Amino acid sequence: MQQKRTKSLVLAAGLAAMLTVAGCHKKKIAPPPPPAPPATTAPAPTATLTATPDTINAGDQAVLNWQTSNATDVSIDGIGTVATSGTQSVHPTQTTTYHLVAHGDGGTADATATVTVQAPQATPPPTETGIDENAFEQSVKPIFYDYDSYSIRPDAQTTLQSDANYLNQHPNLKVVIGGYCDDRGSIEYNLALGENRANAAKQALVNLGVSPDRLRTVSYGKEKQFCTEQNEACWQQNRRAQFTLDQ
Amino acid sequence: MSRNLIKKHCMPRTFCLFALLTFAGSALRAQDWVHIESNVGAAKIRIAAAEFKPGNTDAKTMPMKYVFDQTLYNDLRYAGVFDVVSKSMIPTAEPGTPQEINLAAWAAAPSSAAYVAFGSITVNGGQESVQGFLYDTHAQQNAQLLGKQFSDVASVEATRMIAHRFADEIVQQLTGIAGIAETKIYYVSDRSGHREIWSMDYDGFNQHQLTYLHTISLGPAVSPDNSRVAFSSLGRDGWSVRMYSLVLKRMVSFPMWGNMAQSPAWSSDGNQLAFSWARTGNPDIYVSGASGANPHRITAFLGPNVSPVWNPKTNAQIAWVSGRTKLPQIYIMDTDGSNVMRLTDGGYATSPSWSPNGELMTFAWQRNYGPGAPGAEDIYIMDIASKKWTQLTHDAGANDFPSWSPDNRHIVFQRQQNGHTEIWMMLADGTDQQQLTQGGNNLMPDWSWK
Repeated sequence: MQQKRTKSLVLAAGLAAMLTVAGCHKKKIAPPPPPAPPATTAPAPTATLTATPDTINAGDQAVLNWQTSNATDVSIDGIGTVATSGTQSVHPTQTTTYHLVAHGDGGTADATATVTVQAPQATPPPTETGIDENAFEQSVKPIFYDYDSYSIRPDAQTTLQSDANYLNQHPNLKVVIGGYCDDRGSIEYNLALGENRANAAKQALVNLGVSPDRLRTVSYGKEKQFCTEQNEACWQQNRRAQFTLDQ
Repeated sequence: MSRNLIKKHCMPRTFCLFALLTFAGSALRAQDWVHIESNVGAAKIRIAAAEFKPGNTDAKTMPMKYVFDQTLYNDLRYAGVFDVVSKSMIPTAEPGTPQEINLAAWAAAPSSAAYVAFGSITVNGGQESVQGFLYDTHAQQNAQLLGKQFSDVASVEATRMIAHRFADEIVQQLTGIAGIAETKIYYVSDRSGHREIWSMDYDGFNQHQLTYLHTISLGPAVSPDNSRVAFSSLGRDGWSVRMYSLVLKRMVSFPMWGNMAQSPAWSSDGNQLAFSWARTGNPDIYVSGASGANPHRITAFLGPNVSPVWNPKTNAQIAWVSGRTKLPQIYIMDTDGSNVMRLTDGGYATSPSWSPNGELMTFAWQRNYGPGAPGAEDIYIMDIASKKWTQLTHDAGANDFPSWSPDNRHIVFQRQQNGHTEIWMMLADGTDQQQLTQGGNNLMPDWSWK
């Protein structure tokens, strides 16, 4: 317990340091203060900014394309000072709105473009302990439920025991338990049922010695499907509690 | 002539309709087609809408006139209380003023209209002016029931709103109940690539996106004063109830409960919210203040408890869906959690919506549900006092999330068919089904309160 606390402290300190660095960095690239009021004769700058494509998966690339006129100083938040027109590829890991500011003798213009990053089903990067999502899912297997039920089936007990063993051997791992339902029935009811499923799996792991503090439940109801065919084999695949690393 | 609204005179016909507006019990017709009166099915009022007369030759007058004529005609047709004279049967004249109308021609066959709506529309300098009249074709004197003037900028949107307002005046005048032509429907659409909250006019026009949360947002519920939309949204900590201000046109702060908080529902006084929350691990029904303050639990049944709705007449009862006996069923209880009563007798019943008059429940029901018994998911209504029910949709896709219109005569719902889900509306007897959306998936409609 003491050890864990020390670790959290170190982690917190590290995070704080990172934030500070990020903060400094951000300050450096902040656009310069606006110049003195422009002479009324200078033409006002214009600016456009587009992102292509505007929706990507995490890790994919999007291209920013901007054009300005009557600007002497152009910057994009998070990128810094850029040419008055140009392109740049970006790899945002979360939905990001790029903000371009163009300063000129005639004033200031700005433009924004948003790259939407679709949340992946599971986040792949390795954790501090070196266990990545794939290795984790090889060891901590999902359990499956009967139709319209959140009871733990007898055949799930073996899986849960081995899941609990693994989690007890890796006490630093935190886990999200996702509750899933098949495609039949109503959206809201399935979200509630998925929560019951995730919670039943959580209780089972707690009974097998896993600390509840390490387990977080999220229901996906019928909103995210593992299998999309309309047959019992597929529905069974979708009625599950899935374990993923909580990062 | 303009702006003089002649005082309404009550005729026997109007009284007759008033009587029918109260719930008239149910009559068995066939096993699966029980008929429940829900303000529809009464003898409909024969009404004609004349083509409005263009007041000048301004280039924008005719385009606005066509929008106005079409919108008014549709509004009267959709109102559910009128037998609207087909356009092919109306006199060809375009009477712009009471002096120009020959009431006898409208009263005579084939039009045979009891009432006629007519008037003129004029665009001048980008401003439009509409004069609308409603006349009783049989009255010897005091034939004018409505005389209205509307002005706005000459745009398609404004013209449609004027037609909606005039249609609602006509419905109010002839039935005593407010019309629905100015109401809105809030819903979920994935047309932008994510499930976001959208809004549209009751007739499917003016569809636009409200939220840009780029996650999954579900279950919109508009407040009774049309100022806010509550819904649920998936975030890092699971599902939370979120709040969008229709006044500020942005998200506003609301407690992020997490732990699977969803399906918010407003009390009809706008003071309270009921919602489903798995705060303790099990999804139960909670009630809080309108700003999310003081949430307290009112059910303690193991299993999913979800989709609460208030009795809008009293705010003293809540209906909800519970899986306490396995397959979901509709229950009602007092708002303190007492007097629990089950309404449905089996199958898979979800998504209740309580009628504005407090007497009927509409919901989605798959009466034969389960492996090996693939039944259809259809919309039903039930008379709560007698538990007599009737099936409204038949043999057309999977239907869910019915929501009552404020006039108690219409139901909007989602229908999944041919691989995608769209929003439909119908009269509360299942007739006159109209598809309102097209493209992408559009679901979980919620009809505004006024």
